[in-house]
Amino acid sequence: MIRLVPNHALKIVRSAPVVFTFDGQSVEGHAGENLAGALLRAGRLHLRNAPANGGPRGAFCCMGLCQECTVRIDGQVVEACRTEVTQGLAVERAG
Amino acid sequence: MSDRFDIIVVGGGPSGARAALAASAQGLNVALIDEQSAIGGQVWRAKNASILSAPKTHETRAGDALRRDVLASDITHIEGARVWQIETGWTLHVLRKDVSSELTCKSLVLATGAREYVQPVPGWTTSGVLGLAGATALFKQSLTPPGKRTIVSGTGPLVFFVASEIRRLGGEVAAVVTPNSRRDWMRALPSMLGRPALLMRGAIWVADLMLAGVPIYWQRVVTDVSGDDQVRGVSIAKLDQNWARTSEDIMLAADSLCLGNGLIPNIEAAHMLGVPIRHDHALGGWIPETTEDGGTSIDRLYLCGDGTGIRGAEAAAHQGTLTGLCAAADLGHGTVNLQKQAKAKWLKSARFGMTMTALSIPRVGQAQLTTPETIVCRCENVTRATIEAELNAGAQSSNAIKSGSRAGMGPCGGKFCATAIAQLIAQQSGAPVANIPPATPRPPLRPVPLSIAAGSFDYDALPIPKPAPL
Repeated sequence: MIRLVPNHALKIVRSAPVVFTFDGQSVEGHAGENLAGALLRAGRLHLRNAPANGGPRGAFCCMGLCQECTVRIDGQVVEACRTEVTQGLAVERAG
Repeated sequence: MSDRFDIIVVGGGPSGARAALAASAQGLNVALIDEQSAIGGQVWRAKNASILSAPKTHETRAGDALRRDVLASDITHIEGARVWQIETGWTLHVLRKDVSSELTCKSLVLATGAREYVQPVPGWTTSGVLGLAGATALFKQSLTPPGKRTIVSGTGPLVFFVASEIRRLGGEVAAVVTPNSRRDWMRALPSMLGRPALLMRGAIWVADLMLAGVPIYWQRVVTDVSGDDQVRGVSIAKLDQNWARTSEDIMLAADSLCLGNGLIPNIEAAHMLGVPIRHDHALGGWIPETTEDGGTSIDRLYLCGDGTGIRGAEAAAHQGTLTGLCAAADLGHGTVNLQKQAKAKWLKSARFGMTMTALSIPRVGQAQLTTPETIVCRCENVTRATIEAELNAGAQSSNAIKSGSRAGMGPCGGKFCATAIAQLIAQQSGAPVANIPPATPRPPLRPVPLSIAAGSFDYDALPIPKPAPL
């Protein structure tokens, strides 16, 4: 099929894989990538529970404004879209 | 820590970076503060450290050029830093790596850019729904598509750019849904002819989607997102000229959705500092009052870029140069000739940008997409029905809704619900949205740990008043 927009997926070279945990389960990411992207690629979209009804929420604005992708790391609430993935990082669902 | 700079520029997108470069080239001591680790803003956001190599795009090249220029300059680039409070005169409280410090300057330039407006619809809070501009931030830094099969819905050129990027990154686009009609685009065509390169890019995005057999639903809108903890599909409906629903819904299956209704200027910092604001649909809604060269009613405070009205990246860059030159001239450095050149380039590119902005101007019917059960304020989980109950109880302003229902009081600071709340107030009162200003902005401008906002103090140092005489 003719493509005017080429598929670049196979031309992207990523850093070495690292393993971190989300709610105790192993997730694979790449060193130096942002956590929201790594979780999304692993199909882990539900990152926190909303107040009041506990509804599932995940990354939305991807630029550090909406606070929907907040997760808990070392007891601190941080934005997944502004956090770098490292080997062994222990991430928990917030809220 | 306290460093005195001649000029501090807040925001490292095309406008802020060009402002800093222009002022620095005049010999001034300039700092450029930005939230991200690399210059580029949202539009020319750099890839994160995990991407070792990847094919270059128009955005990569534009961003790389800007990053090279800043690196080669004398600018002090303070990266990964968030300005959370500003005191007039100018002292900036900057949070970086969990430490807050104060920076001071003679003149301040705010280039705070834009965020997006998303009209709330039932299910828009479901995990797997990304903002349309949010999706571009994800693509640019992570080169990751939003899911395996994505519906892309929104106004203006961004919807086609996002769909095209998903295909470039190896994802599948289930459908493109846009409230704009083909006629809206035909009307925009004359202004686009002046910019053939950009017109060509857009034409390739659309032609590629058509060749790939991706359905493009013109003059349609997403009315509902289904799925419990992840998107399973969306309902779409046809719109009339005023963007009110006219037909029954049809269902489309997908595992992700990108949803957006155009960009709006980030005005909170300027508004908080007392710059008067006015409403202009043609520029994306509420904008701070500035002169053409970026001056404000406040001494030595300048504004530039999309934070002063949505005119696009290229215009923002020229406007940044102009504003940087003016701020430098006011400190006794610089020439008028350079300013004239920058202004001419800015006005030319702004015309194209505003034609694109016009495609996203809200129309009266779209407010009805937000049904009574729809969550409007995502942070505090406040529905339209709750906000309307507050209106019925007598609330008449964004501030009253905020204190009565908590809508707009959450950690995002009302950034993603203010427009929808104003829309509801306008509808109830019959007043135009131009009469319904956003709630009074309050510090912090960005979330900051309580321990840092409280600062450090010693109990022994607290003054204890003398006991009152008996």
